[in-house]
Amino acid sequence: MSNGSAPLAATRKAVSRSRPKGVAIGRMQLAAWHIAILAVVFGVWYALTTPGIVDAAYANRIAFFFGRPLQVVKVVIDWFVSGKIYPHLAITLWETLLAFAIGSVMGLGVGLWLALSPTASAIAEPYITAMNAMPRVILAPIFAVWFGLGVLSKVALGVTLVFFIVFFNVYQGVKEVSPVVLANARMLGASRQQLLRSIYLPSATSWVFSSLHTSVGMAFVGAVVGEYLGSAKGVGYLILQAEGVFDINTVIAGIVVLTIFALLLDFVVTKIEARLLVWRPRTAQTESL
Amino acid sequence: MASAAPAQARARALAFERVTCAFAGKGGERYTAVSDTSFVVGDGEFVSVVGPTGCGKSTLLNVAAGLLAPSSGRALVDGEPLSGINRRAGYMFQADALMPWRSALGNVSAGLQFRGMARDAAAARAREWLARVGLAGFENRYPHQLSGGMRKRVALAQMLILDPGILLMDEPFSALDIQTRQLMENELLELWSSNRKSVLFITHDLEEAISLSDRVVVLSAGPGTHPIGEFAIDLPRPRDVAEIRLSPRFVELHEAIWHVLKSEVLKGYAQGKR
Repeated sequence: MSNGSAPLAATRKAVSRSRPKGVAIGRMQLAAWHIAILAVVFGVWYALTTPGIVDAAYANRIAFFFGRPLQVVKVVIDWFVSGKIYPHLAITLWETLLAFAIGSVMGLGVGLWLALSPTASAIAEPYITAMNAMPRVILAPIFAVWFGLGVLSKVALGVTLVFFIVFFNVYQGVKEVSPVVLANARMLGASRQQLLRSIYLPSATSWVFSSLHTSVGMAFVGAVVGEYLGSAKGVGYLILQAEGVFDINTVIAGIVVLTIFALLLDFVVTKIEARLLVWRPRTAQTESL
Repeated sequence: MASAAPAQARARALAFERVTCAFAGKGGERYTAVSDTSFVVGDGEFVSVVGPTGCGKSTLLNVAAGLLAPSSGRALVDGEPLSGINRRAGYMFQADALMPWRSALGNVSAGLQFRGMARDAAAARAREWLARVGLAGFENRYPHQLSGGMRKRVALAQMLILDPGILLMDEPFSALDIQTRQLMENELLELWSSNRKSVLFITHDLEEAISLSDRVVVLSAGPGTHPIGEFAIDLPRPRDVAEIRLSPRFVELHEAIWHVLKSEVLKGYAQGKR
């Protein structure tokens, strides 16, 4: 960049209001950088794995470990054109959804219960800590034995990952309910049950939503890892199959597809979040009349 | 006692009988916030309590609300000892107490819903009350989309919709700018005069206390706060809070009460500095 050596203060001054704070380049420039980095990565990858650009012996060896970008793209396109990927994707997304839903509901329930019952919380505390500290991915083989190689064992793994994120958020959320709001609701005549419904639950839910990105991501991780460790369907299974025959192009194609869908999920979550948390104050909000 | 108010001929809506509140402080020390406090609020009477900041005014109010049980002594509501939440009272808090996840309408109708009224009926009543506090058209706004004054109006409607016999108000307007505050004070007086509730109004602002009340109770500086004076405010009603401040009688009363309050404020200030 030509102005790279300009003093920071001067660069800051030139920043327009539409940019994120502290970013010294424009929107178009930012997009250009994003694309350029991607292009460089693909370019280097392509160059290193193409005989003729690099010595053929090296190129083939590198391609064995890293695959070839054009082959990867071909596999991805082939999957979607032939439709071969859809049942696997559907399974993986279904597992993600189930793991997320079940884990969230369980986390919400247990979180509310323990936060509102100090005795139960004190009794459960060491076990919660231990289970949270445990690397839970290691439970996958046990779940495979319990629930078989189908959808259930992946959901179970995802649930153990999602549960703790939601649980800790809800627990915190209930503990941090404003005492004034609580006292006010009591003065307005709320019974214990109504306090739960009208104060604790909405407050806790808002914390669940704030952890939505992490928990959806974790549900996805649970599904894919579960599939990878033993299954008959799913994107993780495709990767496992390809790895078995050293088809590195397909492995990487699987990773690319998973990444794209993780991004899509994240996008959907952002949209849902914006709709459900309308009551949340945002800084510098303007009226839309 | 300086110029104590005449004994109430009317019934007592709320009475404190030798109320003492002590809290366990740091290192096992006991902190006595309120000590041996007795006074009454007559039926339909507007009583203000003034005192230096941090003297335990809110503690007294929480006792009256039933949110806090006194260490000794008792609070009486309509002659009955209070235990648990005071069902006859509405409470307006100093801090924002609206539920941020409910719209203005949802907040105002909350109390009715807690009492088992159907959602539609409660919403209709809430709509009326929002209009009465000047917030027609703001039903669907969330608290963060309202100004400080509007939030106070919502809180006022939220309390009044339940038609409580006793209003407990804890410096409700202290966070507002002076113009909004006087508007709100006038509105409060208007709403109050149409349907005389018993009011216990806590404030550290002597002018606010005098311009609103029938009687002003002065509290000493903490710890061990207790009443040190009661003054009947014989200003004519209806009042305009901005205009009444200019009347000679107001100035007289202000001087008399300030004479008692000043030394306590200085004491409170000295303690705060330590």
